[in-house]
Amino acid sequence: MTAPTPEAAHEALESHLREIVQWHFNPETGSPFWLNWAAKAGWDPRAEIKTVADLQKFPHFEDEWLRDLQPEVWVPKAFAGRPFNIFETGGTTGMPKQRIGWEDYKVDYSEFSDKISDEHFPRNHYWLMMGPTGPRRLRLAIEHLANVRGSSCYFIDLDPRWVKRLITNKHFDQAKAYMEHVVDQAANILKHRKVSGLFTTPKLLEALAERVNIWDAGIRGVFCGGTTMLPQYTRFIVEEVLENRIGFYPTYGNTLMGLAASVPLTPADQYSITYYAPQPRAILRVVDPENTATTVEYDSWGRVELTTLTREFFMPRFLERDEAIRRKPRGQYAWDGVAEVRPFGAMQKTIVEGVY
Amino acid sequence: MEASELNTLPHLPALRRGRPYDSLEKTEIVDHSTGRVVAVVSQVNAGILKKDLQRIDEGRAALRKFSVAELIEISAKAGELFLHGTLPLGDRGHTQSADDYVRTLSGTSGLPHVMVRRNMAKIHYALTHVGTVLNGLTRGLPMEVIDRGYGEQSGAAVSYYPTTQALGLVMPSNSPAVNSLWLPAIALKTPVVIKPGREEPWTPYRLIQAFLAAGAPPEAFGFYPTDHEGAGEVMRLCGRALIFGDANTVAQYRDNPKFSVHGPGFSKILLGEDCVEQWPEYIELMAASIAENGGRSCVNASAVIVPRYGKEIADALAKILGPVTPLRSEDEGAKLSGFANPKMADYIDSAIDDGLKVNGAEDVTARYRNGERKVIFEGGTFLRPTIVLCDSFSHPLANREFLCPYASVVEVPQSEMLRQIGASLVVTAITKDPAFTSQLLDSPLIERLNLGPISTMKISWDQPHEGNMFEFLYKRRSIERA
Repeated sequence: MTAPTPEAAHEALESHLREIVQWHFNPETGSPFWLNWAAKAGWDPRAEIKTVADLQKFPHFEDEWLRDLQPEVWVPKAFAGRPFNIFETGGTTGMPKQRIGWEDYKVDYSEFSDKISDEHFPRNHYWLMMGPTGPRRLRLAIEHLANVRGSSCYFIDLDPRWVKRLITNKHFDQAKAYMEHVVDQAANILKHRKVSGLFTTPKLLEALAERVNIWDAGIRGVFCGGTTMLPQYTRFIVEEVLENRIGFYPTYGNTLMGLAASVPLTPADQYSITYYAPQPRAILRVVDPENTATTVEYDSWGRVELTTLTREFFMPRFLERDEAIRRKPRGQYAWDGVAEVRPFGAMQKTIVEGVY
Repeated sequence: MEASELNTLPHLPALRRGRPYDSLEKTEIVDHSTGRVVAVVSQVNAGILKKDLQRIDEGRAALRKFSVAELIEISAKAGELFLHGTLPLGDRGHTQSADDYVRTLSGTSGLPHVMVRRNMAKIHYALTHVGTVLNGLTRGLPMEVIDRGYGEQSGAAVSYYPTTQALGLVMPSNSPAVNSLWLPAIALKTPVVIKPGREEPWTPYRLIQAFLAAGAPPEAFGFYPTDHEGAGEVMRLCGRALIFGDANTVAQYRDNPKFSVHGPGFSKILLGEDCVEQWPEYIELMAASIAENGGRSCVNASAVIVPRYGKEIADALAKILGPVTPLRSEDEGAKLSGFANPKMADYIDSAIDDGLKVNGAEDVTARYRNGERKVIFEGGTFLRPTIVLCDSFSHPLANREFLCPYASVVEVPQSEMLRQIGASLVVTAITKDPAFTSQLLDSPLIERLNLGPISTMKISWDQPHEGNMFEFLYKRRSIERA
């Protein structure tokens, strides 16, 4: 794939941005939420948002809107009458954030399919997903990804909300027993079925590899996401869990953004993983937490800000609960990347991530 | 500090079955008074420990190639190298002489040079007397029994088998001499898996280098600087482990035979009715028991129990210890240790102050100290000695142990002493009274008993005062051979 120049990518992004803003703020196509919002705000984004810099005119998207409001307020008029999927975010307890959708996850994961190799994820074969299924977008997305590659997928669920509760309440034995229960089921599938591709979280991958030799079990590619992967831990996964012979595809993503793929690691990376948003459908910025209008310098830490730009969902300037290092464009990605993503404030306090 | 400077500092790698492992994650070890980074240490995640412990049999197999006698010989050589040698320090070409070790450990731990040397001497003695130690621990078992697995002792057939493939060690940062506890394991053909204390990687690393230079097989040594989760795996996956911690840690693991738990000693000096009138004769001994090694050992006395003259004894101790101030670490007269972690000093200082708010206790040293208990000296944080006179043994400060020269003085009738003092690692009982002596000998609460004016600090390597490493690592089985 030929990489666009940064200028071309930026131009394509701004063109896409204008189209999406036109869509969501046009009474013929837009959603009740954004039309009401614009009416109250007293300015017309269609007239004023022409460039990425103009996005600063929006306040930060508030995640409470996704908790408090009924899902239909997010339905663009053009989608009216079409049943939608309701997806929920990860390990939240209490009322979760919900995002509705139709085809976005298929678009994201069809595109991602072009970034994984047939050597690691052979076509027309079988996959196993061991991780959070339930109300998450990931469940359908992984199955779609397998299907796009002519494959089918087995599923083992892990409920991250339950794990989070166990760990918060210091029920470590129960958390361990639950993890073993999940890994037992995966080991069982690997023992009795032919599987070559695996999606899971890093901790579950480590636990599974303690139980079975995953290469001997037939696994050739692992697609991972979910929690912080610091360079030393990534190195451990690549060298000792996957023994430098199973393909490793770390990703960063969530229900609100989609999927940010990572560039293949080189020795110069020292196992520091950099992820790139699926631009133009999403923009990731690494901003100064004290002044979120500005991005931090390259190779500096800052807070992750996400803008989602699809016809199904518009979400400007959402401050993720993550921090990351801002990285330069690279390879096929002609825009900024985010590296070594970890929970925001991870250096200051202990954060429960559990196995998810 | 710039990255380029960090790259020229000594780097202690993890040792995975003896092989250096340079982690991408490193911690910095800093000088306790200047805050200057003096070395970086590779940190490994729990998964690496799990992976390596799957192959721990190789460590034992490597040691089994040697006889116990050969390993005793290697240990003795290692002792000499530890005390005098110049040994590799990390994987960037640095070396460490004995003087370098003293300076570095003193700088990062706050222990004065004189105390580091004393700790070195203890470790040297332990390594050069492993044969004597094992003789004491096994009550004279011929070491060929360990080599062959069976044999005879006093005309009876005996057989011993190892209880574990490896000895796990979750080490503290506060006293290098505790490393002497694991040294006999090598001669007993048991590999060690060491999680060093965060601020004190020096001693276990130097000991491993001394063993390797003396000819011990690298596979027998694991050195894994790691986090809490990794420490948990050391304890979970090694069949036997030594743990060091506070009273809560001790309570948590005490009854589990997999663990040998080392915590506060609550060591004490008891003065009998028959000797109490001569109390001034014992004041120097009491003061030394309280304050030697900076008051950091579990065998330091933390309470002085007397039938009478409590006030006078407390005052006499305070007169000796109260004026003690921090000195430069290289001063031969230095008696106090700085705190590598100043927050620990803050905690201790406020814990004593909180206790003093409860009626019935007086900090007698305060009148001789001319200043605060916690002091900053040349950038380092120190706690000056504290003697607290308590009106009963139930006072919250009567049976406390802190990482500094601290002791309570309490008047308790002799007839009540053994009922009140609770578990004690060492008791020095100054008495000649046969009836009291007999009661002391019968007490299940005393691990080591010194009868007469003997410092609580005196230990005998062939009489373990805290657990028996041989019985921990080997079990006897009955055997019959046709």
